[in-house]
Amino acid sequence: MKVSPYLVLALVLTVCFTLATGIEPRAATWSQHSKSDNVFGMLFGDGRRLFANQFFTMADVYFHSGYYPSIFDLREEGPAEIVAESHGHTDSPEDELKEDFLGKPKDWIDRFGRHFRITEHTHLERGNEREILPWLRLAADMDPQKIETYTVGAFFMRENLNESREAEAFLREGLRNNPNSYEILFELGRLYNENYHDSDRARNVWQLALRRWLQQDGALQKENKLGFEEITVHLARLEREAGNWQSAIDWFHAAQKVSPDPNALQEQIDVIAKKMAVPTSSTNSQPH
Amino acid sequence: MNTIWALAGVVIKELYRRKDFYVLFVLTALITIAAGMVNFFHDPKIVRYVKDICMLLIWVSALLIALITTARQIPAERESRTIFPLLAKPVTRAQFILGKFLGCWLASGIALLVFYIFFAIITGSREQNWPWLAYLQSIWLQWAMLAVVIALSLCVSIISAAPSSTTTICFIAVVGILLVGGHLNTVALHQPQPLQTIFYTIYFLIPHLEWFDIRDRVVYDWSLVGWLDCVLATLYAAAYAGLFLLLTWIGFRRKNLNM
Repeated sequence: MKVSPYLVLALVLTVCFTLATGIEPRAATWSQHSKSDNVFGMLFGDGRRLFANQFFTMADVYFHSGYYPSIFDLREEGPAEIVAESHGHTDSPEDELKEDFLGKPKDWIDRFGRHFRITEHTHLERGNEREILPWLRLAADMDPQKIETYTVGAFFMRENLNESREAEAFLREGLRNNPNSYEILFELGRLYNENYHDSDRARNVWQLALRRWLQQDGALQKENKLGFEEITVHLARLEREAGNWQSAIDWFHAAQKVSPDPNALQEQIDVIAKKMAVPTSSTNSQPH
Repeated sequence: MNTIWALAGVVIKELYRRKDFYVLFVLTALITIAAGMVNFFHDPKIVRYVKDICMLLIWVSALLIALITTARQIPAERESRTIFPLLAKPVTRAQFILGKFLGCWLASGIALLVFYIFFAIITGSREQNWPWLAYLQSIWLQWAMLAVVIALSLCVSIISAAPSSTTTICFIAVVGILLVGGHLNTVALHQPQPLQTIFYTIYFLIPHLEWFDIRDRVVYDWSLVGWLDCVLATLYAAAYAGLFLLLTWIGFRRKNLNM
């Protein structure tokens, strides 16, 4: 018996359609079961974290315009400079010396080869910081739990590129992936305070950040003292600007407990205390 | 000299008759254009990652074109037995080697030129900037490096049994030099004797191809390399290419051409 090929085709299509209707709802639940939020997660599994670290390093390489040590060069281990920059750290002459990983030329090949290499330590500036963003985007896609990616990316977007909305969106994405991150909340507070000048929202976000910091276990709290200091000092400054002197002093006192330089904070407390002691007719609100 | 040019002309014709170049160029173009179309944080001015990717692809493609084209020259002539009528004419073995070298080098140069024109169009259209002198230095130094690679590949193809093994050996050697060559002195410092001496000997013997890689200077918009340094680097490449060609000629002079 000869069967028409059109009939066979129709049969195959019917089978396909039937199978598709049966499998599709199950496939939807498979994707819900998977913890991976994106295609990279499915492709690489936990290996994507390695790629994320590499992409984050690439952002630092770009930040230095290619002046970066290889695995063969000796350099003191430390956080990437884009992280330090996002915490307000600027290179001192001592730092510059430490980062001169090339040293003196070892021989004529090394000396001549340096005419072709990048041998100057510079940082991107004047809006060129945008060039690090693709690597941070990739790092975030590869490892959504890498918190530094969001805070660093948002810092450069709001501080150097005047892209506050993009920075906020990036931080909120980070917050969705890391709801307990005090670092992202802290950066979000900075964005509200410094870019939107919305001190009420900044205060609320920083206070939430502080609660998240306190929810960590003891060992983590000891490791992340800088985070506590940053949040409390920023809260103190915010209260000072708002004229809430006593509250500002309280936050500075809290920061002093973990600060490596409590005397500097004491000076700020003294200045506020002097202001409090002088009765004025200004609109400064009384401490509460 | 006419004989050498005639032999070189045949190799150049081979470049555009075979599909290798087209495949690599289309791949480079597709990947670069796809990368360039990605939108990062709605910022259209981001360009360096596109330059970086494109330059990397150009380097890989040019290296593959040079190696694959060169590695098959002598074995193909021997296998098809066209080498016998060729050498029966007034063509010396030295001219044969030089003709093949020149052909492969010019073919690689033509391929490089096409790749760099594409690179200039893509990056220029995004950042509205055409640093022609930087591109000229980059292409020249890369071409000079390819001269060494081609001479090395010709030399290995005399010893090696098949073009595939020549390509693989040379590719590993070249990539190894590009990645590690400049750091061998640092590595040697941390080794005990006699490893230290061995590492240092290798360091001083190998051609330092990493000098010719000025991709970072182009990608990160650094200033030009000194012209005198370019000339010296070119002489350095010429010396190594000459050395490898001499070794090739010595090996080929008394080689039995029957398969």
